[in-house]
Amino acid sequence: MSKNNPVIIVIEDDPPIRRFLRTGLSAQGFTVFEADTGKQGIVEAGVRKPDLVILDLGLPDMDGVEVIKAIRNWSTLPIIILSARSNDQSKIDALDVGADDYLTKPFSIGELLARIRVALRHRARPLEQLQNNVFTTANLKIDLTNRLVSLDNREIHLTPIQYRLLSVLVKHAGKVLTHQQILKEVWGPSYQENAHYLRIYMSQLRHKLEADPTQPQFLLTESGVGYRFKV
Amino acid sequence: MNAERPDPDELLARVERENAKARRGRLKIFFGAAAGVGKTYAMLLAARERRAENLDVLVGLVETHGRKETQALLEGLEVLPSRVIDYKGAKLYEFDIDAALKRRPAIILVDELAHTNAPGSRHPKRWQDIHELLEAGIDVYTALNVQHLESLNDDIGHISGIRVWETVPDTVFEDANEIELVDLPPDELLVRLKEGKVYVPHQAQHALDHFFRKGNLIALRELALRQTASRVDAQMLNYRDDHAIRDVWQVNERILICIGSNALAERLVRAGKRLATGLRAEWIVAYVETPQLQRMSAEKRDGVLRILRLAEQLGAETVTLSAPEIGQALIRFARERNINKIVLGKPSRRGWRRWLMGSVVDVLISNAHNINIYLLGSPLRSERGDPHAELALIRKGPLPGLRQRIPARTQKRYKGYIWAVAVTILSTVVGDMVFGQLELANLVMLYLLGVVYIATRFGRGPSILASVLGVGVFDFMFVQPYYSFSVADSQFLITLLAMLVVAIVISNLMVNVRSQAKVASHRERRAAVLYAMSKDLAASQTEMDVVRTAVRHLETEFSSRNVILFPNKNGRMVYPGQKPLAESLLGADLSVAQWVFDHNEMAGQGTNTLPGAAAIYFPFQNEDKVLGVLALLPVNLRRVFLPEQQKLLETFLRQIGQAIARIRFAEQAKLTHTQIEAERLRNSLLSAISHDLRTPLATIIGSASTLAENNGQLPPPDRLDLCRAIIDEAERMSSLINNILDMARLDAGALELNRQWHPVEEIIGTVLTLLQKKLADRQVRVNLPPGIPMLYADSVMIEQVLINLLENAARYTPPGSPLEINTEVAKRAVKITVADHGPGIPKGQEERLFEKFYQTRHEAAQSGVGLGLAICRAIVQVHGGKIYARNRQTGGAEFTFVLPIDQPPPVIEK
Repeated sequence: MSKNNPVIIVIEDDPPIRRFLRTGLSAQGFTVFEADTGKQGIVEAGVRKPDLVILDLGLPDMDGVEVIKAIRNWSTLPIIILSARSNDQSKIDALDVGADDYLTKPFSIGELLARIRVALRHRARPLEQLQNNVFTTANLKIDLTNRLVSLDNREIHLTPIQYRLLSVLVKHAGKVLTHQQILKEVWGPSYQENAHYLRIYMSQLRHKLEADPTQPQFLLTESGVGYRFKV
Repeated sequence: MNAERPDPDELLARVERENAKARRGRLKIFFGAAAGVGKTYAMLLAARERRAENLDVLVGLVETHGRKETQALLEGLEVLPSRVIDYKGAKLYEFDIDAALKRRPAIILVDELAHTNAPGSRHPKRWQDIHELLEAGIDVYTALNVQHLESLNDDIGHISGIRVWETVPDTVFEDANEIELVDLPPDELLVRLKEGKVYVPHQAQHALDHFFRKGNLIALRELALRQTASRVDAQMLNYRDDHAIRDVWQVNERILICIGSNALAERLVRAGKRLATGLRAEWIVAYVETPQLQRMSAEKRDGVLRILRLAEQLGAETVTLSAPEIGQALIRFARERNINKIVLGKPSRRGWRRWLMGSVVDVLISNAHNINIYLLGSPLRSERGDPHAELALIRKGPLPGLRQRIPARTQKRYKGYIWAVAVTILSTVVGDMVFGQLELANLVMLYLLGVVYIATRFGRGPSILASVLGVGVFDFMFVQPYYSFSVADSQFLITLLAMLVVAIVISNLMVNVRSQAKVASHRERRAAVLYAMSKDLAASQTEMDVVRTAVRHLETEFSSRNVILFPNKNGRMVYPGQKPLAESLLGADLSVAQWVFDHNEMAGQGTNTLPGAAAIYFPFQNEDKVLGVLALLPVNLRRVFLPEQQKLLETFLRQIGQAIARIRFAEQAKLTHTQIEAERLRNSLLSAISHDLRTPLATIIGSASTLAENNGQLPPPDRLDLCRAIIDEAERMSSLINNILDMARLDAGALELNRQWHPVEEIIGTVLTLLQKKLADRQVRVNLPPGIPMLYADSVMIEQVLINLLENAARYTPPGSPLEINTEVAKRAVKITVADHGPGIPKGQEERLFEKFYQTRHEAAQSGVGLGLAICRAIVQVHGGKIYARNRQTGGAEFTFVLPIDQPPPVIEK
């Protein structure tokens, strides 16, 4: 189990999907362990010391959210969930309890590999763009110590809330954050219902940071779920 | 032609009558001349025989009056318990019709056909109970004395000096299937009476002693025998008709009975009934309402109404004609209806008055050819005895529930007399001024002018006063000798007389003209009311509209509270589910309504069924099918039961029935249409799915199997090609299935909108990010002016709309051509447009594009199922917006959806 051979646990009850995941992931040099129930998955996750878990939300024996909670009890390892298309809420629930990313079926192996790489990179070296507490991506620079944001080396003035919002997103760069998670971190637990606050501030941020707010480069919307800072 | 052949129409009518009779129960009447002849005994004997034949016999109600022989016969027969009614402290035992209907025996015995039920019973009369039993298919045995027959009631009253009020319509007797005469010679009856075997109520002892005189009994017996014989005769005739025995075809007789408002009316009706029965003819009772008669008091009009109802009960058709002159109206009606006999009362005007003013009889005789006229004389004053007895029916007071009309226009009259004096004074003043310059004859004209004016405005009384005053003053002031009433020149007497006559004639004419105008305006108003309602009914689109329209119009016309009740699926009447109108009647009696609905007859206050109910209940129907029941609570019953009003109400009911039926048909048609549409959709769905899912599947299976078969032998570029094909086709299938599922969810209405506030820019941004790859080769220009408000919408769904529109644009326009997304603020809405530079939409298909499974180019390689735009429309519609497509003037198509902003966007608290 070297760094070159990361271990992935696939918790999925559908054999054909397990089969193509096993083939696809093994071909990319991952060591794959499979589980077809939630319980077995939790056991495998405990035993195999995985680097990442791929979890299907529609398991026969237990709710995927419960699986995530069980794993989160003892580990922060990245969890990517697979969900059926018509089930936004379970996806959000899963992200809220700590899943890192999601994919909607059907998906291509390419998409999955991209997500896996982002997640693993995070785990290995959290925020590689972060040096000396300064986050840099493309032409955007965020100095978390001095609370300075600059674009193309020109300083951008942000209000305290705008800055707080940006810093929350940047700290979890690459990861999907649900509306609830962001609201809680930026405004506090009593603002959970005010999702429109978040949208208005996000729009303000985009106008300040994005070249074209309708084709954002950094601040991406995860439709119906939340936001993600693209890295 | 064979003259022996029976008239087919008549035969058909007979067959129908027989069929109706066959379904009904059979009625057997034990018929006797007087109480005590043994009807009940005979009836029980017959019942025991039936019982012995193992038939299900039930004694509904039998009065044994404690007679042992009769009592003994009851043994072994099942007796239905009586219904006990508490009436003002007294306990009354009544026949329990509901229990009888529930028990449903084959034969039921109900004594005393003419009995009047206690107040609060379903029907006022027992014969009506029996009618209902027969309708329910139960055979009935009953007993009846001859004096209770409606048409003989009058005669027997004359013979015996005792008039009974409990009468049975002759039709009941005539429609009975069997009449069994129970006969006992008068002497024997008298013996039984002495032995105490005849039940005599104590208080009526004296009257009955008078009644049971031998002479009376002989007369009654004769009447009973004759009645039975005439029935046998009628049966014989029927039999001969059936078997075509008649040599001479009987001409279809139609008799017209004309009644007035006088005491003769009732006698005329009874006489007409006898004549009609004797001739086996149809008979019609007509009442002509002339302007003079319209001025009659309300009580007298009620009297006429009562007589008309009596006639109906005796089996006549009744009409009320409205005309200025009785004779002409009767002739016109008689011609229209092919009447060949007219019965009317002897003219009341005699001697010179008849000669001067004419009489109806004279008009009829000189104008009605081929019509026989029968005159019924009024009894001589001395013969009549108590003239009030004759009037009894008319005098019986207003119809039940009819209230007296009070407002008299005394004030107006009073005013008329003042005017008469004033006008005379004015004429005198003017006359005095011009006196000497004009001839006296012209001065008279001044007064005449005044009289004419008064006559036209105030009617007879004031105009006569004006003429008398005028004559007096004229004589006093202007005729020599002046200031004296004596007349020097006798020629002025003629002037005076002429003035008086002119005054009276003109005022009479005016009064007639005015009341005719009133009649005409009444009629016009009725026509207008009817027109207004039919117009409103025609405009009604739903059953509720019809009901509301009807309730409102009924209120206007009849000053009544109304409610229209419909049965539920199980045929039980239920209260309407909608909110009541101000004009609605609340608390209608559902059980009465149910009875009306089941029997298709009216009931309630003022009718023969359940008269205790507060409201009147009418069934309304369309083509024989009863649709519902109107419950109507009038302020004044007269407004409903006056003949013309009743006709109006019938027309109303017919119209309501038709309107309801029309709407039900329309709904049925719509439902059928929807079903056809659904069927069509299902078919296109099937063909679309089978085509569009199979095509990619063919590619996938073909490519995958190629890969599997030629494992390792295919050059890598080919393998990659096949894999790409599989991926592309699978993605195509995936989006197809998504669309189908989306549509299914939208169609099922199971969708819950997750509406939140979203900046338009974010929605567009999300979509463009998602479609990055598909739109990679195109320039997408986003026109987003500042100040576009946020949308309150389900973002995922609105994104879906944009995605579908953009994908469509990409699919149907040349690769690389630019696309535009424009947003603008409309009135309380946001407008988002996706525009392209493609070939545009074929003319006339802008609307059809949004239909399910619609494609502009069939079989196009790039086609989807044709659901994308239908989904867009459904989504926009659930958001309360609209979507449309059109061609741009600069070329290309544009699809626009407008989302309303119906509440202010949220503000951020600082």
